Amino acid sequence: MVAQNIFFGIIAAVMVVAAVRVVTVRNVVHAALWLVLVMSGAAAQYILLAAEFVGVTQILVYVGAVMVLLLFGTMLTRAQIGQEKDLNHRSWPLGIPVAGVLFLAMAVALIGGFEDTKLPRDADRVTVQQISDDLFSPYLIPFLALSFVLVATVIGAIVLARRD
Amino acid sequence: MLINQFLLLGAVLFCLGVYGVIARRNAVMVLMSIELILNAVNINLLAFALLNGTTDGHAFALMIIAIAAAEVGVGLAMVLLVYRNRRSIALDELSEMKG
Repeated sequence: MVAQNIFFGIIAAVMVVAAVRVVTVRNVVHAALWLVLVMSGAAAQYILLAAEFVGVTQILVYVGAVMVLLLFGTMLTRAQIGQEKDLNHRSWPLGIPVAGVLFLAMAVALIGGFEDTKLPRDADRVTVQQISDDLFSPYLIPFLALSFVLVATVIGAIVLARRD
Repeated sequence: MLINQFLLLGAVLFCLGVYGVIARRNAVMVLMSIELILNAVNINLLAFALLNGTTDGHAFALMIIAIAAAEVGVGLAMVLLVYRNRRSIALDELSEMKG
């Protein structure tokens, strides 16, 4: 239990630092690379939460596919890869109080609501079979809807991005 | 492990994502901030799945990952289209709809 807490602390610190860099750094490519760190840290947290399958999916989809897409988009929409001055709005300081108040509200609600509720120590491992049983019986309709969304996305992206 | 440590981590990531959406001017950076927000939600869902001993949270998290991938695909296609038409992806220059 202590080892899990230590690992949680290390990974969480890395994730928070990387997330801060994502929203403050002045270089789009560097921001994407910091985002890789946040995504991998999130995958590690999922594994700490006994969700190996979701963790592996996170690595495959986010670190593999989404990140390549973001870098691809960055390189297609910018002539030079490097420092950029106008990455923030002129009114960017407005974001600090908004995010701060939001965080305070959530922290008060969470600490008041859950106090020191502990996660179960010896939870059964969630097998891939259980997840697939879930996805293919109670969540079958949302799953099918999701596949239609993905088809529509592919067609939509092609229609939007082609030249003619 | 307390559940609150995961929920607070999710809250921190969510707020950083909200800050990024508000402060960033570059459309690709806004998409990255949205990814931060979606990851925060996933951490919360999986923490609650472990707390309640169910697998529903896992199904939800997988669907969110799929939706996030779709969102990035369409979002980048739109960003490419805007860039092709205007040679810029600064969000505050897209003001034709302003009254």
